[in-house]
Amino acid sequence: MNTTPLLSVRGLTKHFPIRTGVLQRVTGAVKAVDHVSFDVARGETLALVGESGCGKTTTGRALLRLVEPTSGTVQFDGVDVLALKGESLRRMRRHMQIVFQDPYGSLNPRMTVGAAIREGLVVHKLAEGAEADRRVAQLLDEVGLRADHAARYPHEFSGGQRQRIGIARALAVEPAFIVCDEPVSALDVSVQAQVVNLLRDLQRARGLSYLFIAHDLAVVAHMADRVAVMYLGRIVELAPRAALFATPRMPYTKALLSAVPVPEPGAARARILLPGDPPSPVNPPSGCVFHPRCPHPLKDAACTRLVPPLEEKAPGHFVACIKEPPTSVPTP
Amino acid sequence: MTPPRDSHTLLDVQSLQVTFPGAAGMVRAVDGVSFTVAGGETVCLVGESGCGKSLTSLSLLRLVPPPGRIESGGHILFEGRDLLSLDEAALRSVRGRQMAMIFQEPSTALNPVLTVGDQIAEVVRVHTKCSRRDAWQQAVDMLAQVGIADAPARAKQYPHELSGGMKQRVMIAMALVLTPRLVIADEPTTALDVTIQAQILELLRELRARTDMALLLITHDLGVVAEMASRVLVMYAGRVVEEAPVAALFASPHMPYTEGLLRAMPRIDSAQVSDPDALPDRLVTIPGTVPAPDALPSGCTFRDRCAYAWDRCAREEPVLYQVGPAHRARCHLVQEPERRTPHAASTASREVAA
Repeated sequence: MNTTPLLSVRGLTKHFPIRTGVLQRVTGAVKAVDHVSFDVARGETLALVGESGCGKTTTGRALLRLVEPTSGTVQFDGVDVLALKGESLRRMRRHMQIVFQDPYGSLNPRMTVGAAIREGLVVHKLAEGAEADRRVAQLLDEVGLRADHAARYPHEFSGGQRQRIGIARALAVEPAFIVCDEPVSALDVSVQAQVVNLLRDLQRARGLSYLFIAHDLAVVAHMADRVAVMYLGRIVELAPRAALFATPRMPYTKALLSAVPVPEPGAARARILLPGDPPSPVNPPSGCVFHPRCPHPLKDAACTRLVPPLEEKAPGHFVACIKEPPTSVPTP
Repeated sequence: MTPPRDSHTLLDVQSLQVTFPGAAGMVRAVDGVSFTVAGGETVCLVGESGCGKSLTSLSLLRLVPPPGRIESGGHILFEGRDLLSLDEAALRSVRGRQMAMIFQEPSTALNPVLTVGDQIAEVVRVHTKCSRRDAWQQAVDMLAQVGIADAPARAKQYPHELSGGMKQRVMIAMALVLTPRLVIADEPTTALDVTIQAQILELLRELRARTDMALLLITHDLGVVAEMASRVLVMYAGRVVEEAPVAALFASPHMPYTEGLLRAMPRIDSAQVSDPDALPDRLVTIPGTVPAPDALPSGCTFRDRCAYAWDRCAREEPVLYQVGPAHRARCHLVQEPERRTPHAASTASREVAA
């Protein structure tokens, strides 16, 4: 079995320039993603969570080069994705796909569902003619739709069905890795559960790796093997699912988890209310980007000066906080 | 069917019906909804998209967008007066002053070319005879009360200068500035991040405790319901399908739809989540999708998706049966509880795609 990670991201950075004045001079930058590093193993789901504007979506797009990263490296199955150009980049895209949040916005309204799914097969010369039709029917069946749905247009489907179409389209080219960008956020609870189950079934059947981008921590708790928490363009905590939910270490993660409403009337809640809003990524705070809102009892001047590295404080549990001591976990 | 009105009943909605013209005749988007809200109470209206919860709330202020209209035959009694029979002027004196609304999208509900202080002061000046200066002062005080730091300076800012959480605080300030008896909040935190949602829910709880206002909260999030509600109405396909005090609803839901919603919701506090060795089990799903209002099944509108449905459900439309004190459910299972065993066929069969 191949134990090297399928995807290895190091120091990924995306700064969007801010241009002002008639000459459109670059006067600053939105630091949307700032030195983000992580691995995704074969068959693994890594969740990227955080609130709006934290850079999770940009991270997903930058590693597929849907936006060009400013710096960093992305290794996919040993290939340096950021060095690829033209035809070789197109060939690589076959292996790395994306499912978007809004399946309606991402499907061409004038193209039948069958044509949309078929397009990838033809572009990558995987099938044509009757063989392509057969594959389309097979894919529709695999995502829980009917073969005759291929002749219909996107507007004829419900939100959940459209998301299944988006998934079928991504699967058509037989990728090893899929970026799922908020794939269930726009769906109602009852339909959301169906799509979450589908994604997990497909992963098992095909050995897929996912980067699962979401803001809903409850969905992440049911999808992910490991979870990375982002705040203002950086990963501030990365841990196996159980460790992240049971023993979060970064004060931001603790606040985020405590803020999720629990569907249990009268339950006691130890809620950590964060003051204020996340600061602007144009001019992020010095040192630890979370320090102005941080409730950590040991917070001091050092937090405003030192950029905390993402350190392994317990096996597999990475935390970006200089006030969190490493813990020795007893080995069985 | 409607519980007897007590002296504290603030709002009493009876047989509310909202229709829209459809391809094949009028479509009933809200179909015979009845409920009450007592003074100081928080009632949650829950359901998925298209169930009619937002239309119900808009009807209370007679803000149903045309060509939709409220059919005659129903009543909306607010402190004993029927809002459906008031003229525009009388209605205006109720809106904003005694009954106010907080919308989901503060960025579209606020006027972009007026400062937020001016917008709040305008509400005060429309409804009370007070000077420009007093109105402004009340606006600033209210902004401070909803937790906006440096309120005198913020009041002079325009909506685009504020964050989403702050805009929602402004909306709340605008709704509460005249201390209305009833506040209707339509998904007030859905567009916000979870840490900001926590701030806003905390604020609503605190204001409710301080002012004794009643709150009608429209949401799809059962977590929010558990934290805020005293009583819950579950809506499905334009109707109330279950009504119960919050604890009873979560402990013993009677309508299979409510049961399905509660089980389909992923939770971060379940034991499986903290088991490092295995991914949690599959989520429980409700098969199928909400039917379109012009294509409702006969009998019970949920029967196509229900694991318990039998022939009676297709034949006979269930009423809201009483199942306990203040607990009612629109399901024949209340009368035939022995049928509460899911069909082997439907559970084993493949999930129907939605």
